[in-house]
Amino acid sequence: MNGFAKSHLGWLLLAAALLAVPVFVKSGRWIEFIELTLFVAVLGQGWNILGGYGGQYSFGHALFFGTGAYIQALLQFKYGVSPWIAMWFAVSGGVLVGLFVGYLSFRYGLRGSYFALITLAFAEAFHVVARSFISITEGGRGVQLALNRDPDQAIALFQFTFADPFLKSYGYYYVILALLMIAYGATWWMERSRFGAQLVALRENEDAAEALGINTFRTKMAAICMSAAITSSSGIYYVQKFLFVDPAIAYGPTKSVEALFAPIIGGLGTVLGPLVGSVFIHGLSEVTREAIDAVWGARPGVDLILFGIILVLVLGFAPKGLVGLAEAAWRRVARGGKAQR
Amino acid sequence: MDILGLQIPLYSWETVLGSAISGVFLGSIYALVALGLTLIYGVLHIINFAHGALLMLAMYAVFFVWHFWGIDPYAAMLIVVPGAFAFGYALQRYVIGKTSHGRDEIILLVTLGIAIVIENAALFFFSADERSVQVPYDLDGIDLGVTFAVYPELFALGGSLAVTLGLWLFMTRTDTGRAIRGVAKERQGARLVGINVDHVFAITFGLGTALVAVAASLLAPTYTVHPQTGYLFVLIAFTVVVLGGMGSFVGALAGGFIIGITEQLGRLYLGESLGLITISAIFIMILLFRPTGLFGHKT
Amino acid sequence: MILEVRSMSKTFGGLKAVSRASLSVGEGEIVSLIGPNGAGKTTLFAMISGFLKADEGSVAFAGVNVTGWRPHKVCRLGLVRTFQVVQPFPNLSVAQNIAVGAHTRLRSRAGALEKAGEVAHAVGMGDRLDMPAGSLTVAGRKRLELARALATEPRLLLLDEVMAGLNATEIDEIIGVIRDIRQSGVTILLIEHVMRAVMNLSDRTYVINNGVMIAEGTPNEVTQKPEVIEAYLGHGASERLEAMGAGGGHA
Repeated sequence: MNGFAKSHLGWLLLAAALLAVPVFVKSGRWIEFIELTLFVAVLGQGWNILGGYGGQYSFGHALFFGTGAYIQALLQFKYGVSPWIAMWFAVSGGVLVGLFVGYLSFRYGLRGSYFALITLAFAEAFHVVARSFISITEGGRGVQLALNRDPDQAIALFQFTFADPFLKSYGYYYVILALLMIAYGATWWMERSRFGAQLVALRENEDAAEALGINTFRTKMAAICMSAAITSSSGIYYVQKFLFVDPAIAYGPTKSVEALFAPIIGGLGTVLGPLVGSVFIHGLSEVTREAIDAVWGARPGVDLILFGIILVLVLGFAPKGLVGLAEAAWRRVARGGKAQR
Repeated sequence: MDILGLQIPLYSWETVLGSAISGVFLGSIYALVALGLTLIYGVLHIINFAHGALLMLAMYAVFFVWHFWGIDPYAAMLIVVPGAFAFGYALQRYVIGKTSHGRDEIILLVTLGIAIVIENAALFFFSADERSVQVPYDLDGIDLGVTFAVYPELFALGGSLAVTLGLWLFMTRTDTGRAIRGVAKERQGARLVGINVDHVFAITFGLGTALVAVAASLLAPTYTVHPQTGYLFVLIAFTVVVLGGMGSFVGALAGGFIIGITEQLGRLYLGESLGLITISAIFIMILLFRPTGLFGHKT
Repeated sequence: MILEVRSMSKTFGGLKAVSRASLSVGEGEIVSLIGPNGAGKTTLFAMISGFLKADEGSVAFAGVNVTGWRPHKVCRLGLVRTFQVVQPFPNLSVAQNIAVGAHTRLRSRAGALEKAGEVAHAVGMGDRLDMPAGSLTVAGRKRLELARALATEPRLLLLDEVMAGLNATEIDEIIGVIRDIRQSGVTILLIEHVMRAVMNLSDRTYVINNGVMIAEGTPNEVTQKPEVIEAYLGHGASERLEAMGAGGGHA
């Protein structure tokens, strides 16, 4: 088998394994855990498109998550729009915000930390707006969607809490898995396209990219749109699952930070990086929480202390993240094997 | 007045002036916090995202020094400021300097990581409770006619002016200050003539952190502290620094006053919640249209 | 004329970097632009290729007025520049670097990589396709810079000191490569300090000093003009050059 077919086989196996998770995992708690891991993996892939591939580090990706979540929630809450229709508006709204922020930032040539700061400022501005315009957004108390108790309406209302046993247990899992597959498929395609090559080129050296015929402004705009679309799609899952969103959840710093943790720790600018990073941080957080609970009793903060330390260590000593470390180790093993033969 | 469904009230000039004056006091706090940030930026070109977290940590230090030993927050400076210097020195020398590879977006992420560690360590050890220092004089003050200024506010205003002046004197009149400025201008050249650049960087970061501790002492009587306090200040401090021009002390002072006054007037006219949008709006405008700030010069 | 630069000027903070400079390049020519350090050569290149906005003057390329165009548009029209300080994409392989240039004309990834292989062979890097650009030697990086530019299929190539920092053997190799490029129908305008290359390659040479064009002609003509010798090589250089024999030695 040649290397090309091998790599495709790997992707197919991964997809099959994810689709078959409900066959092996029966515990509701574990499904919940896996769902949350995949949710952050989607959120992080959005960040990874712009930050990992494009080198534009956003500190305000909550902008897109929050806009997606708010549109998804408000269209149902205020206008009774079907969630299946609302979701298209949610993604479009996220993309529009991306176009707006991207146009201003990139037109005025903000790079590096300045881009990070302006995305943070925009997220904060949206936070204030969501809190203040009560007549539109319900303000600080947030939007609470009605819980559907009619099993026949489960699919129509995109709510699986009172659905048939399978949907009830695994419905949301397949929702986030579908979003994940779309996001990762799109990233996989991008990596092999001209757009991807040009995006990476401008990350590596913007002047050289421009000199070689790349419209760097347009490429960055395309990247922020794709990034916003993926990140805002995670807001759809969030709202349908928790039926609630408020300004702090939507636009607060937590989601922005979550969005960048996974890809940086997993491996910037790699398709699987955000998933690997998300699995790692959620796994680690689960283990430490158990340990801490046993020693000190339940106390918040420990997992984030660890993530912060790991973030700094990865930035300092493993700039290609866990995927990079794994590749290096694999190469060493492969070379060792050859040497013995 | 009614704009976009928002009721914009009309106030008497006394109310507006009173609000502006309280904006000056608020601005002096912002300036104090921003001075350390702009010092670190001016020399190290580090956009220190952990600045707010360091402020929060220093405020906890002031609180505990007062809580356990009953030391007045202003006197606590004598203990907290040297401690902050040492902490900042070590942070730059052994963490930021070793992991950031000199790339500014990596530095920003590293300092974000540090901020997250500090904030959650505070949450873990000190819990989410709000703590505040009680001083006997926190309600006494001077009647200014249109508004009333308490002594801690007056001290903060005086402190911000004194610190700006002191910092300027230090940077222009002392050997250390001159070395710092030399490194700021010519990193490679400084290395060539034998200046230990890593040491100077760490000293600068330590000084910036020490300034944060001064700010913490001055605002302890009027502010409560909890693990999220730093985040509330971080965006404001960046706005002040960018507005005043990265690396400019006078700019930080002026920027602090402008932001303080704008915020208070914003709250007065737009309400407690929406009023805060003035800060993000100023920040975005400055980044887009005048990234060198009011007093900064082109790099 | 494939390139027509008319009376371009650029001032930086009161300092005139380029002052009413004009030059023209005919189809198929190799033209060189020489002058002492800080004469304004790179500034002029940057204005021609769209990286800097000129204060006044115009650039016409292939009959199109491209004044004020962004670099990527100029590149798509067939005018591409290289950088004096090489600008590789350090984390990408040699093949991926060159493919970025090839994508300007080719949408397909496979096609661009194939083209990258061809161009790499043409500039003598065929054996280093999978190396990360960041680990190349100076000579390797210079070649890569050239290869990437070539992969965009330019009609006119602006080369900014592609020989600086190379040893004599490497210079001879690059001279050969540049000749081949011209053979393939690409017009070349180059900034160069290596006089041997200038004398060997150029059909015509422009001399710029303090932002002003002071001479134009065949390399032999201009290097004999006393004002050029004085300006370009400093006082008393005229005798030194004669002693060495024109055409030899480094500037």
